[in-house]
Amino acid sequence: MSAPLLTVNNLFCERDDRVLFSQLSFALAAGEIVQIEGQNGSGKTTLLRILSGLSRNYEGEIFWRGEPVTEVREQFCSEMLYFGHQAGVKSVLTPEENLRWYAALSPAIEGAAIAEALQQVGLKGFEDVPCHSLSAGQNRRVSLARLYLSRAPLWILDEPFTAIDKRGVAAKEQLLLQHAQRGGSVILTTHHELGIHGPVRKINLDRLLGTSV
Amino acid sequence: MRMDTNPRQSSSVGMTGLFAATCRREFLLSFRRKSDLVNPLIFFLMVATLFPLGVSPEPGFLAQLAPGVVWVAALLATLLSMDALFRSDYEDGSLEQLLLSPQPLFVVVLAKVLAHWMMTGLALTLMAPLLGMMLFLPAEGMPGLMLSLLLGTPTLSLVGAIGAALTVGLKKGGVLISLLVLPLYIPVLIFGSSAVQAAVTGLPLGGYLALLGALLALALGLAPLAISAALRISISS
Repeated sequence: MSAPLLTVNNLFCERDDRVLFSQLSFALAAGEIVQIEGQNGSGKTTLLRILSGLSRNYEGEIFWRGEPVTEVREQFCSEMLYFGHQAGVKSVLTPEENLRWYAALSPAIEGAAIAEALQQVGLKGFEDVPCHSLSAGQNRRVSLARLYLSRAPLWILDEPFTAIDKRGVAAKEQLLLQHAQRGGSVILTTHHELGIHGPVRKINLDRLLGTSV
Repeated sequence: MRMDTNPRQSSSVGMTGLFAATCRREFLLSFRRKSDLVNPLIFFLMVATLFPLGVSPEPGFLAQLAPGVVWVAALLATLLSMDALFRSDYEDGSLEQLLLSPQPLFVVVLAKVLAHWMMTGLALTLMAPLLGMMLFLPAEGMPGLMLSLLLGTPTLSLVGAIGAALTVGLKKGGVLISLLVLPLYIPVLIFGSSAVQAAVTGLPLGGYLALLGALLALALGLAPLAISAALRISISS
């Protein structure tokens, strides 16, 4: 538990001639929850996209379990779950069909427990309904069901609570806490005040920019 | 424990599983969104229906043009359908998830292109004899038409997918795809329609089919890599 899972060293990112963050360094240990804060446009999503490997528009180093992430790409991808702005839910497929494809896509997603996961996100009875007839919140829930199926130690979540009702948010916070207690780590952005009483660390991109300029 | 899985263990099983799952997903998507499925086929049929009306209904004249017309119509029908290949995945975020999969990207890409070909290229090939008959293509030309389309349309799908992957991040990629991809379609068109011509006149068409096969082999080897790289660039920006 001593070596950090993810280490970020001197990260710099510029977008449209605007420095989003520079000299950003932090380490994420197992069992830790990190909340990225910042106002709209401060680069929260960009940071998460860089960490997940989707965007290569950065300078600096990222290490996964002590190795440069570019060299252990395959291992990193199989141990990471990314939840992006768009839910990644196909509207003409049913929740179950959507999740089944995700299970095929990543060995870290357990395909056997899909029905159970759908029940846990409150979509029992909607398994066979095409997602276009579900509400926006229910669509997000389909995607969030991946969290219940995931065996990946690192979760990168971009605004996971958007369009989710209060009870749903409480359940998801509980899930994040459980994940951390099992030795997993979470990096997330949210504008919602986290109700987790646990090892939550905050990184504020606004303040960071303030010191560096 | 839930954490201690070794992904490498299941990677070979995972790859064929992923290939099958992606094909199945693509078929499901197309059959539930029928307009995407039917559009290229209707376009193909329309060209063959309207062409005699616009040019001349004279059988001898049409028979002469038939190989070229059917091939051009098949090519344009494929091109029309290309833009949608990655567009919806890009818009709903599935493409990001696809790129973050620990499985090799070309497996999913190849599965998507194969499914796309089966619903456009293969369907066009099966419809082609009907169009041939409508355009008075002599019966001797039919095997040449079918075989050349069977070997040529997969190349069109593979090459078109490179263009689709490069332009998926752009708002209006449709025109750009045509510009990028059409020059690469020309050899396929030339050898394809020549094969039909040769079949009609009774010349051996093995040479043309061999060339189409060679183009297909080349595309099959290189296109998935190009598509994967193009998708990464499109998503990264």
